[in-house]
Amino acid sequence: MPDLTRHERLLGVLKTVTAQPLPADDDESLFESGLLDSFALPDLVSALEQEFSIKVPDRDLNPRKFDSISRIETYLEDHAG
Amino acid sequence: MPAFIHAFGMHVPERVVTNQEMAARIGRTAEWIESASGIRERRWADTETSVADLAVAAARDCLARAGMEASSLGLILVASGSARPGFPGPAAQVAAQLGLENTPAMDVPMASAGGLFGMAMAAQMAGHFGDVLVIGAEKMSAVIESGPLDPNTAMLFGDGAGAVLIGARPGRWEILDTVLHSDGHYRDDLKFDWSAPLHMNGLTVILQAARKLPSAIEEVLKRQNMGAGDVAAFLLHQANQNLLTRVAKALGVPAERLFSNVARYGNTSSASMLIAAAEWSQANPPAGSVVFSAFGAGFHWGALLARSV
Repeated sequence: MPDLTRHERLLGVLKTVTAQPLPADDDESLFESGLLDSFALPDLVSALEQEFSIKVPDRDLNPRKFDSISRIETYLEDHAG
Repeated sequence: MPAFIHAFGMHVPERVVTNQEMAARIGRTAEWIESASGIRERRWADTETSVADLAVAAARDCLARAGMEASSLGLILVASGSARPGFPGPAAQVAAQLGLENTPAMDVPMASAGGLFGMAMAAQMAGHFGDVLVIGAEKMSAVIESGPLDPNTAMLFGDGAGAVLIGARPGRWEILDTVLHSDGHYRDDLKFDWSAPLHMNGLTVILQAARKLPSAIEEVLKRQNMGAGDVAAFLLHQANQNLLTRVAKALGVPAERLFSNVARYGNTSSASMLIAAAEWSQANPPAGSVVFSAFGAGFHWGALLARSV
């Protein structure tokens, strides 16, 4: 099985946390679409830390950074190896 | 100088506001409220009851459980985020209603972390002042009814008061260590000043609380070479059952290790941790280590570690 891309791994994390179909548009707000709420968000951050072996510092715990698939991917590009 | 916890006390108003009653007022269902918060009901005081009245009732309960008179107190600290603005704050009224004329009484104008910060201060001040009575008292119903009801916040809050007696003389639990933190960069994410409805940026508040509560607990435990598994009970600010569940998961302990009564009282802000401690202590003998922790508007947060004597 070929290695999964970062995007594919991200989608896998999101599917696990939200247990719902993901939006087709990577820029769609995950909060406004109802996929993420205030309690799913910390679960998502924890799952991202585990999947990508990163530590999200408290100063980065800004919901806007995790508002869409594309924003999360941008964060991972900057912080995940 | 060591400090000891001697007793807890509490008071909640008689009137029960069920989820059904709340749901009808905010246009949601009772099931939605419980799913979103774990809260089934909360207590609301009548319009004549003040924050100080609630505080005095909890103080009397605590003093009775400690078997001592108010006249023996060296200091009173009253935490509240819902006391009416202006001076003097509720501490002076509490002292007067307890029949005191010469005992120092200070206000701690903080919301949900106020009870914890009060305990931390009392642990340091008991050596100088003697027995310190810390009270967290809130009339959150007045806060949420001061303007249009916000469905996302109105369903969360209840009224009540908790109290704890801390002294330098030996007691039931010795306070081993405390960590406190504040970050005012988040002061606009959870605020209320009576000129506008309570504002809560739920996404930020929960995200930060879910991280900072376990972080503070692990910090205070690490300083004492302990782990979460060594703790008999965690007594936290009762904000939301979903948050308590996530804190337990982050700490790697069973959810039952975190005492919870949020289903019956809702979020009583600075009072909640002390009300939880009062109920927990009445149901459990003082065995092993216990951790107190709270997070609230400011943001202010921290943890306190105590061990049974």
